[in-house]
Amino acid sequence: MKFKARVWKFGDNINTDLILPVQAFYLPAAEQPKYVFHANRPGWAAQVKPGDILVGGKNFGMGSSRPAARSLKNLGIACLVAPSINGLFFRNCVNFAFPAIECPGVDEAFQEGDVAEVDLESATVKNVTRNSTLKGRAMPPKLMELVKAGGIYPLLEKEGLIAPRA
Amino acid sequence: MTIAEKILAKKSGQKKVSPGDLVTVEVDTVVMIDNSFIASRWRSIQKLRDPARLVVVFDHRAPASTEDAAAAHRTGRQFVEKFGIKRFHDIGYDQGISHQLVADHGYALPGTVLVCSDSHTCSGGVFNCLARGVGEPDVVYSAIKGETWFRVGETVRYELSGKLSPAVTTKDAFLQIAGEHGDHATQNVEWGGPGVAGLSIAARKTLTTMSAELSAEFSTFEPDSAMLDWVRARNSAPFEAVHPDTDAKYAEVRKVNLARLEPLVAFPDTVIENSKPVAEAAGTRIDQAFIGSCANGTMDDLELAARILRGKRVAPGVRLIVTPGSQNVFREATRAGFVGTLVDAGAVVTPATCGACGGGHLGILGPNETCITASTRNFKGRMGDSSAKIYMGSPATVAASAVRGVITDPREFLN
Repeated sequence: MKFKARVWKFGDNINTDLILPVQAFYLPAAEQPKYVFHANRPGWAAQVKPGDILVGGKNFGMGSSRPAARSLKNLGIACLVAPSINGLFFRNCVNFAFPAIECPGVDEAFQEGDVAEVDLESATVKNVTRNSTLKGRAMPPKLMELVKAGGIYPLLEKEGLIAPRA
Repeated sequence: MTIAEKILAKKSGQKKVSPGDLVTVEVDTVVMIDNSFIASRWRSIQKLRDPARLVVVFDHRAPASTEDAAAAHRTGRQFVEKFGIKRFHDIGYDQGISHQLVADHGYALPGTVLVCSDSHTCSGGVFNCLARGVGEPDVVYSAIKGETWFRVGETVRYELSGKLSPAVTTKDAFLQIAGEHGDHATQNVEWGGPGVAGLSIAARKTLTTMSAELSAEFSTFEPDSAMLDWVRARNSAPFEAVHPDTDAKYAEVRKVNLARLEPLVAFPDTVIENSKPVAEAAGTRIDQAFIGSCANGTMDDLELAARILRGKRVAPGVRLIVTPGSQNVFREATRAGFVGTLVDAGAVVTPATCGACGGGHLGILGPNETCITASTRNFKGRMGDSSAKIYMGSPATVAASAVRGVITDPREFLN
């Protein structure tokens, strides 16, 4: 999986309550992305173009188990790259088929608006604007397959283990 | 191997695992909460690996706070009925926050694996159990398949020594660690050392619960007789507790002398790298004080609050909300007289629920309000309006602040 697009930058310790605030909990999944970063960067969600790449700081996605990764995916973000990602948030990325990789130094290598080229399999993150390349931690093949399959629910649905969405 | 490595090896059928491995492990216990049954999240399960491995708990909106929450509870009840799940905690006698119920009922057995969607599931690590939050999709997967995957991380060990001063709690110990060392993303945390013996199970549980805020993968205590007796008194199932190997490799071993700790508060908007001595916030006027959640809704916490509030009144203009972690804790605290003391002081004691901690109900903050909380998180917008300021401290600091109406050092009340 490869992505090339402009970069949005966020700092260290971005938490899930900022991505999916409690006010959006009971809304249909399709409406939840409107609230992404509503508290810390109002108006941002409306500026995102499908395929944009998010570069975060360390410990991205700290906090709750809420399906915040799904909101980023549904907002149109193609992939997340951060120096470190909270383990629970990372699971939700994999399970909702939202590509995410850890890449130390990425926060310093990019300015907002730079163009990034990300190759998920080789965990290569290139700053096209500044002509620099970083090597991240590759996603284990088993998890990569899960992302490619569309996440856990399509898999379980295919096996008849969960009911199709009504 | 460390405790986490040994349990992961055993549960994945391997002799040895090392940091960097990805392992598939058997899951012994799956806890499902009401949030899992919210319409936008729930996917109807057709088959379970073993209904006896499941626990179902309504805690985030209990009793139901909105029609949507009521609908989620209804879906949950139908699920419980369909599969004949015995360990079900509906609204009523057995109600509580899942992580408190795991302690009350001994659901987290030493040496086993327990998952729940909720991030604070690491709470169960207090019982030498590999417990962690995995999110809804993985809870559904674990319930159906009886297994899940984990990345094996490096382990940081905390060696506790000494004894806490009267006005200092393990919440302050957590704030010290979170302030000094920041996040532990991709790492496990292991707790041991001579200081553990002087800590109650409830006090230890605050440390494992708050490990979610360190972004730890797993947070586990070494077993001791107090822990093993606690579990055996509540669950007759057999288990094998796990000690770390003497040659276990740690990313780091850090010493914490409990006797040297002081009351701390985390300043608003983030928990980690944000702790300061309470003196630096002292005098800040508050609108609300909250004691509760899976981190601070135990008998220890309610007793400490009652000791400070006995014979006193909550300051005019301040709301003190106290939410026991389970109805079992509520009953015990009532029998011990703590609930009466708190209510006499003007506190509002609510039924056991996640409540104000997650901004769900029973104590939501309004615009520009200031709150001091003994709960799990102080993120911007966490407890209501995003302009509200949330300071986090121990139950002692919160109770002392409620009496004075401003953030207050609890040592003014307890020596």
